Amino acid sequence: MANTQMQASVLTNLTEVRAMIKRHKRNDIIFAVIGLIALMIGLLTLLTLFIDLVRNGYPRFNAEFFMNFPSRRAGSAGLLSAWVGSILVLLVTFITAVPMGIGAGLYLEEYAAKNWFSDLIEINVSNLAGVPSIIYGLLALGLFVYGLDLGQSILTAGLTLGLLILPIVIVSTRESIRAIPVAIREAAYAVGATKWQVVKDHVVKYSQGGILTGVIIGMSRAIGETAPIITIGALTFIAFLPPSPVTEVAPYINFEWLSSGFTVLPIQMFNWLSRPDHAFHINAAATGAIIIVVTLLMNGTAIWLRYRIRKNIKW
Amino acid sequence: MDNSTNVLKAESRNLDFFYSNGHRALKSINMPLYEKKITALIGPSGCGKSTFLRCFNRMHDLYPGNKYQGQIVMHPDNTNILDAGVDPIEVRMRISMVFQKPNPFPKSIYENVAYGLRVRGEKNKRTLDDKVEEALKGAALWNEVKDRQQDLAFNLSGGQQQRLCIARALATDPEIMLFDEPTSALDPIATANIEELMSELKSKLTILVVTHNMQQAARVSDYTAYMYLGELMEYGETNNIFTRPTRKETEDYITGKFG
Repeated sequence: MANTQMQASVLTNLTEVRAMIKRHKRNDIIFAVIGLIALMIGLLTLLTLFIDLVRNGYPRFNAEFFMNFPSRRAGSAGLLSAWVGSILVLLVTFITAVPMGIGAGLYLEEYAAKNWFSDLIEINVSNLAGVPSIIYGLLALGLFVYGLDLGQSILTAGLTLGLLILPIVIVSTRESIRAIPVAIREAAYAVGATKWQVVKDHVVKYSQGGILTGVIIGMSRAIGETAPIITIGALTFIAFLPPSPVTEVAPYINFEWLSSGFTVLPIQMFNWLSRPDHAFHINAAATGAIIIVVTLLMNGTAIWLRYRIRKNIKW
Repeated sequence: MDNSTNVLKAESRNLDFFYSNGHRALKSINMPLYEKKITALIGPSGCGKSTFLRCFNRMHDLYPGNKYQGQIVMHPDNTNILDAGVDPIEVRMRISMVFQKPNPFPKSIYENVAYGLRVRGEKNKRTLDDKVEEALKGAALWNEVKDRQQDLAFNLSGGQQQRLCIARALATDPEIMLFDEPTSALDPIATANIEELMSELKSKLTILVVTHNMQQAARVSDYTAYMYLGELMEYGETNNIFTRPTRKETEDYITGKFG
């Protein structure tokens, strides 16, 4: 008698448990659906935008578009000065921001004493990453264009974008350094390495992947930046190329291109977009699509490189 | 064991250690370290064994605010290796260390072993090759890896990785080798290999080992020190400590009544 009663109570319990699990699983599904919708809103909007750009700009995807200077006639206007300008500006950005960012990150992480002052610097570096880019433009206008008299040049633009992505490089450098286990560091010190030997043989080597990712993500941000470049006064209509960095006579390189006027892809796009003639809007759409593709390629490279480098490092 | 043949390699004299938060982790420790003998440090977690071990290669210097008081004197040169005038790097060149978990560098097997030599400025390929081979043989790893020295160290098993770390520590001909619970992350077979290796190594150098494993201390060590709450409670020949401990606490710990 008691036995049957117990069995009955086990059974009711079991039904209750099953009902509860069902309820909880329903919540699971509801949340998954909400999450998926949120994700799709973001993704689909971007995708639609991209498809729209490609559809509008499609007629201009040809070699001529890349090899022509801007022109008064939309049909024969091209991107030549813009993409050359973008590459040269990014070159300056890369050369300045990468060593400075990695150096600063290494110093903060490895050498700087940990006290209130380094905390203050840390907060400010993270903050800098969030400062609106136009502020950098204003700073550059005052400092590079007027203060140092560098003019509205490729050098100025490159330095400005360099400043802009510096915090990104610093933060990613520090984060990838921090990911190195203490045990590896101690192992290096334990065989008698000096701090510099530890930094150069271990810290830099093992954090390469993360640093590289940060650099590329910074560069892909720089390529699309418009506001600071406009602020320093980039020209919007450039029908010439800067002097070539390499020459046929010794010393084979020259630096005149640094002080040349220039335009970059997003500014060329902005310029075409602001024309009333619809034909120019096609050019703008094509340019937009190209910028997106380049950015995607750069980020893709970052992911691939990180994967390649991380593959050999397990901890 | 005949005490008369024992030569003093190092000794700690009234050693106190303070962590940067002010915690006094070691209290006036006096302990000898005999040449070509294995000394085991045992005691419950947090008793200061690892802290004591890490004083010997000045590992605590890597973190600001830590403070030593007292001396660790190395013989025959009578250098107090804790002296502020002695560079910790010099100390680490004489005393090497094997860590709790195998921690090879994410480099090739060869480079792991060669690193200590490279740090000392050795560039000659022949010398490096010879030294690496010698160290790998000394760590009983040569036969397993001689044909794949350029492979990544991470591709080795846990026990092999730990032997690689021993080879790395061995390559620079240290006078003393420190082992910080070297087998706690290994399976019983790999553990037996490491223990055997330690017994072989003591023909060449002096060993100080921290262990949680009573049987290990009993098996491999010549001397045992029992530590509790930062103090050295008892020190003596391993046989005596395990069969006739003079203190009740030591006996309780060894027999597993507490710890």
